[in-house]
Amino acid sequence: MILVWLIGILMGGGLLALISGQRNKTLPRWISLYTVSAGFLAIISFWIDHYPISSISNAWLIEYKADWIPAFGITFHLAVDGLSLLLLALTFFLGILAVLCSWTDVKERVGFYHFNLLWILAGICGVFMAMDLFLFYFFWEVMLIPMYFLIGIWGSENRVYAAYKFFIFTQASGLLMLLAILGLYFIHGNNTGNYTFNYLELIGTAIPQGIQNWLMLGFMIAFVVKLPIVPFHSWLPDAHGEAPTAGSLILAGLLLKTGAYGILRFVLPLFPEASANFAPVAMFLGVTGIIYGAIMAFSQTDLKRLIAYTSVSHMGFVMLGIFSFNALALQGVIMQLVTHAVSTGALFIMAGMLKERLHTRDINQMGGLWSQMPRMGAVGMLFAMASLGLPGLGSFIAEFLILLGAFRASPLLTIIATLGLVFSAVYSLRIVQKVFLGPVKKDLPVLDLAWREMFIMASLTISIIWLGMYPQPVINTAKPMVKYIEQIFSGENTSQSHTGKSIPTSQQNNIKDGTYVSK
Amino acid sequence: MELMSASDFLAILPLLLLAGSSVLIMLLIAIRFSHRLIQLSSLLLFTISFSSLFYIRKAIPYKLEPLLIIDGFSVFIMGLIIFSSIVVNIISYIYFEEKEESPKEYYVLLFLCTLGACVLAVSKHFVSLFLGLEILTVGLYALMAYLRGRNHSIEAGIKYLILAAFSSAFLLFGMALIYMETGSMDFAEIGENLNKIESMSPIFITGLGMMLVGIGFKLAVVPFHMWTADVYQGAPAPVTAFIATASKGGVFAVLFRFFTAIDGFRNDKIILTIVFITIASMIVGNLLALQQKNVKRILAYSSIAHLGYLLVAFIPGSTLSFFALSFYLLAYFITTLSTLGVVTILSDKTGDAEDISAYKALFWQNPILALIFSISLISLAGIPLTAGFIGKFYILSAAIQSGFWLISIVLILSSVIGLYYYLRIITIMFSGRKTTVLKVVESHPVFYRTSLITLVILTLLIIWFGVYPSQLMQFMADLIVW
Repeated sequence: MILVWLIGILMGGGLLALISGQRNKTLPRWISLYTVSAGFLAIISFWIDHYPISSISNAWLIEYKADWIPAFGITFHLAVDGLSLLLLALTFFLGILAVLCSWTDVKERVGFYHFNLLWILAGICGVFMAMDLFLFYFFWEVMLIPMYFLIGIWGSENRVYAAYKFFIFTQASGLLMLLAILGLYFIHGNNTGNYTFNYLELIGTAIPQGIQNWLMLGFMIAFVVKLPIVPFHSWLPDAHGEAPTAGSLILAGLLLKTGAYGILRFVLPLFPEASANFAPVAMFLGVTGIIYGAIMAFSQTDLKRLIAYTSVSHMGFVMLGIFSFNALALQGVIMQLVTHAVSTGALFIMAGMLKERLHTRDINQMGGLWSQMPRMGAVGMLFAMASLGLPGLGSFIAEFLILLGAFRASPLLTIIATLGLVFSAVYSLRIVQKVFLGPVKKDLPVLDLAWREMFIMASLTISIIWLGMYPQPVINTAKPMVKYIEQIFSGENTSQSHTGKSIPTSQQNNIKDGTYVSK
Repeated sequence: MELMSASDFLAILPLLLLAGSSVLIMLLIAIRFSHRLIQLSSLLLFTISFSSLFYIRKAIPYKLEPLLIIDGFSVFIMGLIIFSSIVVNIISYIYFEEKEESPKEYYVLLFLCTLGACVLAVSKHFVSLFLGLEILTVGLYALMAYLRGRNHSIEAGIKYLILAAFSSAFLLFGMALIYMETGSMDFAEIGENLNKIESMSPIFITGLGMMLVGIGFKLAVVPFHMWTADVYQGAPAPVTAFIATASKGGVFAVLFRFFTAIDGFRNDKIILTIVFITIASMIVGNLLALQQKNVKRILAYSSIAHLGYLLVAFIPGSTLSFFALSFYLLAYFITTLSTLGVVTILSDKTGDAEDISAYKALFWQNPILALIFSISLISLAGIPLTAGFIGKFYILSAAIQSGFWLISIVLILSSVIGLYYYLRIITIMFSGRKTTVLKVVESHPVFYRTSLITLVILTLLIIWFGVYPSQLMQFMADLIVW
């Protein structure tokens, strides 16, 4: 039931903020802050209760199931495992920061703004919990409209174009996924006579190879656009660049993660053979993304677009890691999801703060800000280091694990990917150099961080150092999922003769047998 | 000759009520009732005909040989048609009170058109089909040209008159050819006669093709869509709402009944033709809407695309496709009514609120109307939380279940194109600043509020059916036993 409450509280809080926004400008802010904090506390206490997750044999910690549209076999089915739990905690953590960092930034239509913010978070939570493919698609789309408004109303100059582009890219790819979902639904229904959208029952559906490839691509396209991977990334710099600070934070920190989550949760278990066939292409695209994103990031002058392209580069590592199919790389991927959210989120918040003070995003017009804002300079330096993968900070662990795992799968691509680390050092240092060091461009009195901004930055700093020093909680929490995926693919390599039906079915039984301790 | 029995009269009670109402309203006009009273009494009469549908539900299925069949499907379609007439009736008052010195006859015509559409929904014979179609279209000519002072309105009426008469000729000729081949005008008998012969003869196929042309014109599918935009634009906004919903719904119902009876789905050539029409409608409709700056024209082209989506559900001819079609019709009706309802309410004495710039900053001036409009447009675009999404999902399931992947993919790609112009209207409503200019105080607060409440109810229905559709699905499954 807690799962339904998590979504319900966000949606309810959003409506409350919308209504209270008619009369009062401060009230919506407090309402959303309370709402998100309540959710955060709930998820953290849940995590602590269940903490040594790897010691429990079953994957699903809690589930909620109710009929929704019985005519189609659609259920309102939510469940959480370690991976979902991590991403949910991340969602609420960044949610708090998103509310805080728009505290003074947003002055108009405050109620509607917070309504959109909370509904995006609700959609993201739903995506991380949904165990019914129809429900998953439903939440996948629910977050789009509020995001469209967030970019289109509160964004900067070119906001309408960016909002269109974001919406049309994601909606088109999402609809292709819907087709694939329906294809899977009918194939499973025709095979077994049981028409259902339930993820756990659909795992292990015997799909003819040719169709399996197409269905896999249908799912992939939606996730790859969100992630984004190189040929489909062109919405990202525009959307990230034009969105308000909280919008960029949520886009980079959470929306991109839904793509990676979708691949891990759905593509790999549902279409193991097709994914294995697709792996070389996927890894190649991932490496292309790493290099391309880094080069593009280096050539940007707009600070927010620059950070956006670093996301493309970092998400390339995610793609590379996922399709290496081994535990090391997958652990790295999950680390990368968390640390990228923290470090890139921090950079976007910083860019937002700079824009609030200097009214520009052009890094050529900045410079020498360290002397005026030593506190922000220090924090900026730290996160630039995190972005380039300095040991001791979270991103190092993530990228190191990914490269280690990927080396087993494809040494050549891994070597090229390692070059990405060098490039990331170049663009990260360029940020520090251009913004904080060098000659002073604008000799205006600029305020250093206020208490609220200090709080935001401090929490991010603590998180990134904690993740770098002691990543074990994250690794432990994600372990069951990682093991599960590794099993699917290691099992397949040893028994090539199987037609694919047998292995995933046994997997499915493994999960089903030990599932659902607590209801 | 056998006379009609009491149960026969009972079965066609809604039709009799509608016909009687038109006469009654005419009498009320003759004794010089005011516009307000005429509107209220016609609202009452529409509501009575609507409730009579629940009464006859017990009697179905009932055949009134040789012309009519009253089964669950026809009751469902009649319910949709009369429901949209009720909504049109409610939103019409302010619209016409502002404009015409004598808007009373409008209600008589509305009853007649509703009657025609309902006859289409219950017909199982060429004669009743043609009868219903003519009652509907003749009434529509007058309704479209009702605002005599406006050039666009007259143009719309004349254009529709010529094209509809032309297409009726095609339809009649097609019927004649089919009659010549099969010796019957009853749908079921035609089907039986067809089953006796192995393949459809060329003359039969020609006849069917000509009927398709005729019906294609009425449904405004590509390539018979030329009149749509002008008529939507020229007709008074409430009438546009009626054309978009009731008239198309009735024609679509009879098309489906006829096709199922003769089992036209087994002929590859005919299906291929319909697939072509479907794909063309979806793509052309959405593409033409892209560049429009007139909201009524945008809605016209979007309705072409939506008819294409409906045909996607029609093509497989399975049980699922039947339910998909019914669900989508319902979602489309509600959504279109609320969209054009907003256009009607925003229209004033000088003209309809059709230019897209009229909607600028609407969200900050009249948030309720803007919200209704946004939700309806989102539903037309088929995005979750709205009935339009469930409808589109239903259609896609029907198509994929029977393996029609190509048209499913075309549906998806064209609806992505469609997103652009729906979003454009929404964006315009959100752009701009809150200006201090407030709208003139409504001269008819009671009717304004009633119209607004109606639209709010429609919007709530859109969301309800979009979030929790299973009750509606259950209701439809119980009602429409196929």
